[in-house]
This record gives sequence, C-alpha cells and structure tokens, in this order.
Amino acid sequence: MKLHEYQSKQIFAKHGIPIPKGRIASTAEEAKHIAEELGKRVVIKSQVLVGGRGKAGGIRLAKSPDESEDIAAEILSMEIKGLPVRKVLVDEAASIDKEIYLGITNDRAARKPVMMASAAGGVEIEEVARQTPEKIIKVHIDPLLGLRDYQARDIAGCIDLPRELWRHFGQIANGLWLAYTGCDATLAEINPLVITSENKLLALDGKMVLDDNALFRHSDLADMRDLDIEAQSEIEARKYGLSFIKLDGNIGCMVNGAGLAMTTMDIIKLYGGEPANFLDIGGGASAEKVAAAFRIILSDPNVKAILLNVFGGITRGDEVARGILSAMNDVKTQIPMVVRLVGTNAEEGRQILAGASMITAETLVEAAKKSVALAKGEAVQ
Amino acid sequence: MSILVNKNTRLLVQNITGKEGIFHTKQMVDYGTNVVSGVTPGKGGEWVLDGKIPVFDSVKVAVEATGANTSVVFVPARFAADALFEAADAGIPLIICITEGIPVQDMMRVRNYLDQKGVRLVGPNCPGILTPGEAKVGIIPGDISIPGNVGIVSRSGTLTYEVLYALMMANMGVSTCLGIGGDPINGTNFLDALEMFEADPHTDMVVLIGEIGGTDEEKAAEFIADRMTKSVVGFIAGRTAPPGKRMGHAGAIVEGGSGLAVDKIKALQTAGVKVANHPEEIPLLFKS
Repeated sequence: MKLHEYQSKQIFAKHGIPIPKGRIASTAEEAKHIAEELGKRVVIKSQVLVGGRGKAGGIRLAKSPDESEDIAAEILSMEIKGLPVRKVLVDEAASIDKEIYLGITNDRAARKPVMMASAAGGVEIEEVARQTPEKIIKVHIDPLLGLRDYQARDIAGCIDLPRELWRHFGQIANGLWLAYTGCDATLAEINPLVITSENKLLALDGKMVLDDNALFRHSDLADMRDLDIEAQSEIEARKYGLSFIKLDGNIGCMVNGAGLAMTTMDIIKLYGGEPANFLDIGGGASAEKVAAAFRIILSDPNVKAILLNVFGGITRGDEVARGILSAMNDVKTQIPMVVRLVGTNAEEGRQILAGASMITAETLVEAAKKSVALAKGEAVQ
Repeated sequence: MSILVNKNTRLLVQNITGKEGIFHTKQMVDYGTNVVSGVTPGKGGEWVLDGKIPVFDSVKVAVEATGANTSVVFVPARFAADALFEAADAGIPLIICITEGIPVQDMMRVRNYLDQKGVRLVGPNCPGILTPGEAKVGIIPGDISIPGNVGIVSRSGTLTYEVLYALMMANMGVSTCLGIGGDPINGTNFLDALEMFEADPHTDMVVLIGEIGGTDEEKAAEFIADRMTKSVVGFIAGRTAPPGKRMGHAGAIVEGGSGLAVDKIKALQTAGVKVANHPEEIPLLFKS
C-alpha cells in the first residue's frame, strides 16, 4: 500500500525528521489560507500516487497567497496519468544548495533491509541508479540489531556530507529507520533530502510503501489507503479476500492458487487468447467466495468466456461447484464457461455442475484451447 | 531416499488444534507420516486424533517429551514469527512453515536469527514437503504422486500439484517434492534445494518451478551450469503478468525491470535447462 507524500512526511516528522512547514488542502481557498499563514513563497504539490508529478505540471511555486489560490485551483482540476488530483500540499518553499537521496528498502537477495544514499539526489535518481550505480551507496542493516550510528556516519562520509552535518544526518537516518520499522514499510524514502542555503538538512519530499501483510497491526495506516489507484473490481475483490488484478483481455479466469492462476493466464496467451484478469480464490475457498469471484469477473463487459481451473487440495471441488451454481442463479449470464476440476472432491463437483450447461475439460491444454475458441465465438463441444 | 523428510522424520505440528492444523495432521498421519506431538499454547495435556497425539503448551516441552526433530507450522500470520523463534530456540533443526501472509520484516528477523542458529527453514507460504511413500509434511495432497527419481522444487502450491499430477499421469515418480514458498523472504531457496537433489543418490532429474519476482531462478541457473550433473526441466509462471502488480504471492512482482519471466527463462535455457511452455509438457521434456 502506497502512502501520499504528505502522509509519509507526517510520519517522518513524528520520528524527528525535519520537514518544511506546510499543510494539506482540498480546495483553492484552503491553499490560499495556508499560504497566508506561512507568509512566504510556497510550493503547491499535487498529491497523487504516481511518479513524474513535477514534469506533468503538478508541482509549482507560488509567490503570493493569491497566486497560490490560482495555482491550487489549476492543479486541483488536473488529472495526472489518469488520476484525479484531490488534494494539494502547500509547503513553505526552501532555498536549496544541494539535493541528497536517502532511502531504506527490503533487499530480497540479501534478506536484509538496505539503506541507500546518494549525493546525486533529486528527480533523476532512477537515471543515476541505471547509468552510474556506483554513485548510490548501499549499506545493509542487520534486522536484529537495527541501524547503528557508525553506519549512518559511514554513509555521511561516502556522500561527502560536510562534517558539521553528520550528527544531524545520523538523527535523520535513524528517524527514517524507525519510520520504516515502526510502520512495517517495504520502502521509506526521502528524495530530496536537501541542504538549505542556511546549511540545514530538510526532507522536501517523502515516499512510503507499506507491507499489506502487516496492516493488521497498523489500523491507523490502513485507513490512509487511496482507492483511486485501484480498479473498482479490485477493491470489491479485496472485501472477499480474493486476490484479483484486472487485465485487458476477454477470457475471465478463476483459479485456486497464485502460481496456477498465473500459469492459466500464460497458457491462454500461449494458445492465442488474452486473459481478462488474474484471480486467485485462495485455499479452502467457500461457495460464497466463489460466487463473489464469479460476479466480479462478469462485471467486466469485455469478458466473452470464462475459464474455471481448480486443482483441489484444501479447496474442494464440490464447494467450488456449489459457489458457481449459486452465482449463476444470481447473475443470469450468457457468457460460456469452461470448467476444469481436478483433485479433492473433483468428481462430486463435476456431478453438481452436470445439470448446468457447461463445457468441461480434462487437461489444462484442453481447457485453454476451448476457452480461446469460445472467446472467438466459435462453437465448442 | 529423499531430501529433508523421510521415514525417520519425527514431526511436531505447531497449532495442531487449529482448523487447518488438525485437518492436515489427520491427512499426514493417514499418509503414514510419524507425527509425534503437537503444540497449542494453553491446550497442553490434551490429546488429538482419538488420543493418538499429545498436545503440549510449548515446543521445548514437546521436544523433550517426544523427541520431535521436525516442525510444521500452521500458526496464523500475526503469531507465526514467534512460533518460528520458539521452534528454533527449542532446538528443532528443520522447520516447515505453511502460514501465508507473514509480515516481511518479521520474516527478515526470523531468517537472520535462524541462520545464526543453523536452523533450516522451508517456507513460509508454502505447501510443505512430500517424500512419496515415506512422509508428507504440510498440505500437498498425497494421492497425486508415486515414489520415483524426480526431485521437484517450487515456489508455488497448486501449480506444483499440477506438475505432480502430470508426472503421475506419465507414470513418473518423485523422490521428494519441496515447496519453498511464494514470499519475498523465505528460508530454503532454489540453490539449497538443487544442492540437496544433486547430492541425493535417488534423485536422477529435477523439476524447477519458478515464477516472476526476485532473482533466485537466475542464481539457480548459474548453479545448474556450473555444478549440476543431473538433468533439470524448468517452468516459469507469469509470462503474462503486468509489471508493478503483486500476483497473489507476496513475492511475485516485477519491480524496476527485475524479476521478469523472460529473463528467468533465458537464464535457465542458457544453463542448458529445458523450459516447458506449460506444466503438462514437463514429462515430455524429460523423455525427449
């Protein structure tokens, strides 16, 4: 789950990281008031969960409260990469001498968190990472020990930070570590961390991504989820504990298990079709869950055929079949369906579905070929 | 012969009285696995499965009383890290964690702690280990494979069942089937499994089932090229997965251009691995 800049920076501030004075606004009027309060030049920053806000014109400088109001009105009426701007952050403008990058993420290969820093911070950091990766310092953190002071000092030295700032930099690095662990983040990033013309460190921008699996212990953070970046069907799926991702094809897929769900998509493509979604109904799926999954697939008008592929282990074939039947009574549909049930109680499941006019398949290949043909409007036995 | 679990496995089930725990304990016992005890804090002194298996309050006491040498964990995600620390501290050398959805920072702490203790972890978010005819530890259905000489290592669950089933239909048996799990931070990885299969005299060939996300398949490919004498067939799920989306498994995500299926397939092919287009093709590739 991604947090907005203003949410991330509020969390940073709680952990002692200095951020610019500023507040969040939903209207141009509010933005004007905030600019009046701050009494200085301000930056108006769109709060949308995509990169490249600045290049899209979503981050602009305002010299007066009136100008703030005009600019905020413009930005609040924008869409950036398809996302509506609902809020703007009005921050006091800083005078910048130098931009640094500082972030923590999970290093899968090392199985440890890694702190990354670069003297070449700012909007081009990804370009720096690609072209001159040696300019990014990486220090692994032992998750059992936490970030040690000496590690932060080493980083400060490596990015040529003036010595008089090392102590403060250490506090900021430690604050970022505490924010990362305290929120169960998978990414916590300050970019840029600037040295101001007064020779102070200041976190101008912030980004956090949280571990969805850890939200059970952060209900306050879970409430911050921005639903704009998710398809309606994905939001609906989450309510039922289904793992669903919408795609652009026309063959709806309902599968148990993530690996098999991906494989089912792949094999549809292999035989010339296009999957409409990824959908994992999970282990031990109930009839109710299956019915919800069925409705979600059918809510996509692109869907011309459905492929149900269930390899029973914990999930029972009869339970899945009952879910399908109840959903079909609910949502009357003409969309043809190919069913492949294997494993636990598959035979019982097939019997339950025998009455409903469905096309069955024995193998994965057969199921894929039949659903591709159906999606093309061809007749299938 | 086999790797990790066999007739000498003395299995302990953590959260044996939970819904999943008791259901799969019965399945494992019916298969012939030697389940010696279970643990559920607060339920010590009870017995399950018609008085056959004793329940203890702690792993330490269960190990002392029943000599368990392997633990399988069905503890819910929010308590799972603690259960793993407990098993390691009680001296269990092999822990198999079935639980899905454990916070990734918990797993980083667990993994680093277990490494220091020299404890082997399989999973989490995995279906467990099946050595056909000897022991079933976890949730892999027992009736979809026969004993044989094919080793399987996989990041997936039901996809693995699909492969077991396809092998059985082709009359090919399995030495051990090892599910290493779909999480970004896990215990045993492809490399560890390939090393064990290479050393196991009763495994003659290996199936590697990978998926998008991370770079473990690429590392496995290097090992196969440099050190593996046995033939390997691979399959990678997620060729059609869009970037930036987590495909069900917490670890199945293409990030910053890394973790793509095409790169993994290319790495495996370069190492001399035949890569199947779909699971039902795997037995054919061994015979070709």
